[in-house]
Amino acid sequence: MLDDTKPTKLVEIDNLKMHFPIHTGLFRRHTGDVKAVDGVSFDIFEGETLGLVGESGCGKSTCGRAALRLYDITDGSILIDGDQIGDMSQKDLRTKRPTMQMVFQDPQASLNPRMTVQAIIQEPLDEHTSLSASEKRDKVLELMDQVGLNRKFAGRYPHAFSGGQRQRIGIARALALNPRFIVCDEPIAALDVSIQAQVVNLLEDLQKEFGLTYLFISHDLSMVRHIATRVAVMYLGKIVELAPREALYAEPLHPYTKALLSAVPEPDPDLHDTMERTILTGDVPSPANPPKGCNFCTRCPAVMDICKQQEPDYREVLPGRYVACHHYNDVQTAADSTAASEASDQQSLSNIKNEKTN
Amino acid sequence: MPNGAQPVLDVQGLKTVFKIRGGEVHAVNDVSFDLRAGELLGVVGESGSGKSVTMMSLLGLLPTPPADVRDGTVTFQGQDLLKVDAETLRGVRGGKIGFVFQDPMTSLNPVYNVGMQIMEPLRKHMGMNKKQATVRAKELLELVGIPDAERRLKDYPHQFSGGMRQRVMIAIALACDPQVLIADEPTTALDVTIQAQILELMKDLQERLGMAVIWITHDLGVVAGIADRVLVMYGGQIVEQAPTRELFRDPQHPYTRALLKTVPRVTGGREERLAIIEGQPPILGEQPTACPFRDRCDVAFDMCAKQNPPRFDVGNGHDAACFYDARTGGPRNA
Repeated sequence: MLDDTKPTKLVEIDNLKMHFPIHTGLFRRHTGDVKAVDGVSFDIFEGETLGLVGESGCGKSTCGRAALRLYDITDGSILIDGDQIGDMSQKDLRTKRPTMQMVFQDPQASLNPRMTVQAIIQEPLDEHTSLSASEKRDKVLELMDQVGLNRKFAGRYPHAFSGGQRQRIGIARALALNPRFIVCDEPIAALDVSIQAQVVNLLEDLQKEFGLTYLFISHDLSMVRHIATRVAVMYLGKIVELAPREALYAEPLHPYTKALLSAVPEPDPDLHDTMERTILTGDVPSPANPPKGCNFCTRCPAVMDICKQQEPDYREVLPGRYVACHHYNDVQTAADSTAASEASDQQSLSNIKNEKTN
Repeated sequence: MPNGAQPVLDVQGLKTVFKIRGGEVHAVNDVSFDLRAGELLGVVGESGSGKSVTMMSLLGLLPTPPADVRDGTVTFQGQDLLKVDAETLRGVRGGKIGFVFQDPMTSLNPVYNVGMQIMEPLRKHMGMNKKQATVRAKELLELVGIPDAERRLKDYPHQFSGGMRQRVMIAIALACDPQVLIADEPTTALDVTIQAQILELMKDLQERLGMAVIWITHDLGVVAGIADRVLVMYGGQIVEQAPTRELFRDPQHPYTRALLKTVPRVTGGREERLAIIEGQPPILGEQPTACPFRDRCDVAFDMCAKQNPPRFDVGNGHDAACFYDARTGGPRNA
């Protein structure tokens, strides 16, 4: 039975790991792993958009691709629409593909320049359906209408289109098989600001019309705030915080989320003067050699001794809010969480003072 | 000059055209602006708006052909940079005017260590010997916040992270104490937390060294944070110019207004639906005879199709190239 208060989970990912082996030396011995995704768990409810944000190299794209089994994953379970696809054979996976599709970042690179728009959008239909040629043609034209492309251009090649229009072609192709779950991997990163809004509005319209579920991967925190229902923040292969959109942007809990949000330049000169910024020092460590303890301990402004020894648990500190940080280890209630959040702020302030006196 | 400060760089009527197969692209159309001593001038626009081409035209950095700087004057220290000979221009480039490019990986030479690359302008423009240049290069790396500077001089670009490479690029541009620094989307390829570091560094350097900076970006947020004054470019021309606060408080051009509305924010209220600018930016095959924004504009009227609007002064050092007066809600009395 469907219950209004409890939406069904369409995607359940548990402890997903994607390690890429490093081979070195004369005998190409296996000497280590790039832990691109290292134990990530999240659910996506039917009809929602889960935003996945993080800096480049944090593993967000790998996570999105692994969730669709575009890689053979190292470990973990992926449940999509009730089917375990984590260890499914390629043959069985193929029959599952129509329900899960992907929109890629670079519309220039993900469209074959030698295929017409008609052929590109039709390709999934050729592979997965037994429609007749004229049915396919009708379906392609219908898809072009849905994504706002002029039907007359079906015979043209991708180079004749602008970036935003190319992204629309990619979206039409992803929609061709009536999927339920779409992974959007930085779909707007390559587009100009005035075109980004057009594509985001299109994605929202399509979601409403077809009841789609999105995993929206992006480094643009302000756009994710606009489109996502819930947001997961990744750092170095792990999710550090996952929360409903409003809660995350109003009161970020994890020190990394705080720093990330304060680093976003807002188009408002007055805000730049008044807001307190946490400027992180240093760079992201290599995922082949992550630090001991918490992955963020090398850059964290609120670092404690325990952070360098022990990895924090990823746990639900408030209903629907998950954080992996030692500051929230003993938090039971909302009041405690505020206290812990303040404690980490205090810590970061005193760290900043220390740096200044040094 | 309204604010009294002497301009260090004065550009008048710049026109740059690219010759392509079967025609021309008018990338920069009649662009005029000045850069005052010690100010940070932000230049905002989308790709293809002509912001990079304008700055590259100033220094003769565009390959000719296909590029042709057809008209205009660029006055720098009493000389017109478009008329001087190649030798003089070479002395200005990298010496008196520094340039930071967008992508630090492709603009650093991978086969030389960064020490060599920082010392190159020092030895060419300042006539330093190797020893002096090494000392100065180390100082420069320290200035841009690279730890362990002496050892890192011997490292190659691939041994630096993206943010650190951009710091190296800034060090090279600052090597000869330039009066003007032109930074072309220097933080676009970087992550937000690294971008915040670089912005902080630039503000600090500009205050300490007192140079004038032109900062090209497509990100209004970046401009709001660091610029003193902003130029907004669209379709190869400047459509609005104002002090930063004035521009964000009271944008006068419909393009600027639309741009500000279409960008979502991480703080404050959240729009249920994003405002959009319909259509595509223009590609100009000839000199525009009408307003380039009119097809996407929500206040366009018959005048906009007849004539390309000049930049109207609207007070407070603010001007906008638009026939529509947002303050009165009607056509402008020109």
